[in-house]
Amino acid sequence: MFFNILPLALVDGVAYACLLFLVSMGLTLIFGVMGILNVAHGAFYAFGGYAAASFIIMIAPSTESAWIPLISLFLVAIVVGTVLGGLMELLLIRRAQAYDPILKLLLTFGALLMLEDIQRLIWGAQPYSASEVVNRLGNIELGDITYTTYQLVVVPLTALVAYVGLEYFLRYTNLGKQMVAVTHNREVAISQGINARKIGMITFIIGAILGVLGGALASPTTSLVPGVGADMIVLSFAVVATAGLGQITGALVAALLIGIVRSIAVYMAPEFEVAVPYIIMCLVLLVRPHGLFTVAQARTI
Amino acid sequence: MIYAISIIGAVAALVAGYFTSWVITPIIIGITYAIAALGVSVMMRAGQVSFGHAMYACISAYTVAFLARAYPSLDVVVLILAGVLVAVAASMVIGVFVARYRGIFFGMLNLALSMVLFALLGKLYHLTGGTDGLRIERPTILGMELERAPYEFALLAITVFIALALAWWIQRYFRSGDGEALAAIKTNETRLEYLGFSAYSVMWRGYLISAVVVGFSGSLLALIQGLVTPEIGLWLRSGEYVFIAILGGAGHVIGAFLGALVFEAVKLVSTAYFPGLWQFILGLTLIIVIFLFPRGIVGELSKRIKF
Repeated sequence: MFFNILPLALVDGVAYACLLFLVSMGLTLIFGVMGILNVAHGAFYAFGGYAAASFIIMIAPSTESAWIPLISLFLVAIVVGTVLGGLMELLLIRRAQAYDPILKLLLTFGALLMLEDIQRLIWGAQPYSASEVVNRLGNIELGDITYTTYQLVVVPLTALVAYVGLEYFLRYTNLGKQMVAVTHNREVAISQGINARKIGMITFIIGAILGVLGGALASPTTSLVPGVGADMIVLSFAVVATAGLGQITGALVAALLIGIVRSIAVYMAPEFEVAVPYIIMCLVLLVRPHGLFTVAQARTI
Repeated sequence: MIYAISIIGAVAALVAGYFTSWVITPIIIGITYAIAALGVSVMMRAGQVSFGHAMYACISAYTVAFLARAYPSLDVVVLILAGVLVAVAASMVIGVFVARYRGIFFGMLNLALSMVLFALLGKLYHLTGGTDGLRIERPTILGMELERAPYEFALLAITVFIALALAWWIQRYFRSGDGEALAAIKTNETRLEYLGFSAYSVMWRGYLISAVVVGFSGSLLALIQGLVTPEIGLWLRSGEYVFIAILGGAGHVIGAFLGALVFEAVKLVSTAYFPGLWQFILGLTLIIVIFLFPRGIVGELSKRIKF
């Protein structure tokens, strides 16, 4: 039984983990650079999913190609992410720089409540899905099991490119290095002539695009219903806390761990599926109180 | 001044309930929100925000439901106390674990545990009735079997009494040595330890006290609704409690009650005038409050009036 379902659970789990990783990477990047745990990130995910699904439902009948819907997923993510992230940074985050972390978190909680109602106003309560993308890309057979190309190739590849791209950006580009400098010491960075405001805006937009992209990529395989954003944010909190706050590579490992175990649970013990990520998180934090990849800091008075 | 406001508030709630019986349920539910926010504000005193405290309301509510179904002869008072007791027992165990954590990790761990509970309650139908929840038959109050209207009024009286007692107790706790030590965790934990306190056990006791308070809100909520569902423990509910505590401000326990009053009023007005947008308006209110009055209603008031 276990070995029969393992390959299927593994592919499902990895595809799911990749979506989770994209969302968590955005969340952890924003936290790392700006010190804000953005609860509204879940709404970004939901907006991405709805926007991509409705756009693809709109354009799919006018084209036969498999590529146009796929590419439009990414375009929608970039446009929606830039607009949402940019607006939120401008209206909310920028003004709250000096606030207590808890108040910052609550500000984004307020934004989540607002965005959820806006989402319900635009898309209503009926479920949306863009399954056309998956169908047109076809299947791949490995051994005697058939996988969809979308889940086996497209999703993992996107996550990989996003991960490598972000790491490259942070390490080797000028802008990325400035971002890291702001992360380490905002004041010193500013005194060295770095424009922290600009960095904040760019970080937030990149983070938002990643969250929105997660939703857009999820839209062909899951059906979107109200509340999906709130579910996703709690789950990516679990990933980010398991990994250690601000740890991008950690988020990758934690997302894979949680995604795969969860998908095995879906097949083996479906009652516990929803609880699995949080149980993993609690177990990890029991052993390593600040997450898998955080280096302990000395206490100072 | 504060005492006068509290007594006037309590009397007003009772009088309103006595003359117009349909307001009883919303008043009790409003007070349970205030009590829960009071529990959350105990932790906020230490600078810690829990996004999972609704879990204790949920534990206590389900305890009431299970007991009331298994032993229909149990009295309301016994049910309330039993619910609180189980919630506290749970918090003793969970507290050992979470009292080590601060900041985001504290908030997230509570959130995670409440999600586990929420998920299990929804999935284990044969035990918990799944997402439909469990009904509770109307129990006796102090040995009396009451019709619906007097039952609800008696419950209102009990709720008001409990709310006053908890407010008094928590205010005393805040002014006690242990309560001041709890506040010191927010300011400077290391210095607190240099003074010879164990920050861990101060935190653990504070956590227990907050669970007692939230436990009361859960028991009362279960009794007035006559129904318990996993929704009681949803993390968004915990978020609302935090919202109320912030709205009210952490200067004095009365903040939780004023916060709940404003929260319910905003909710009522927006559901009446903008039915599809009440959540939007709540979110907007939260943001405006944080920008304009970061110290909440009580903080704002105490700046202007000397109590």
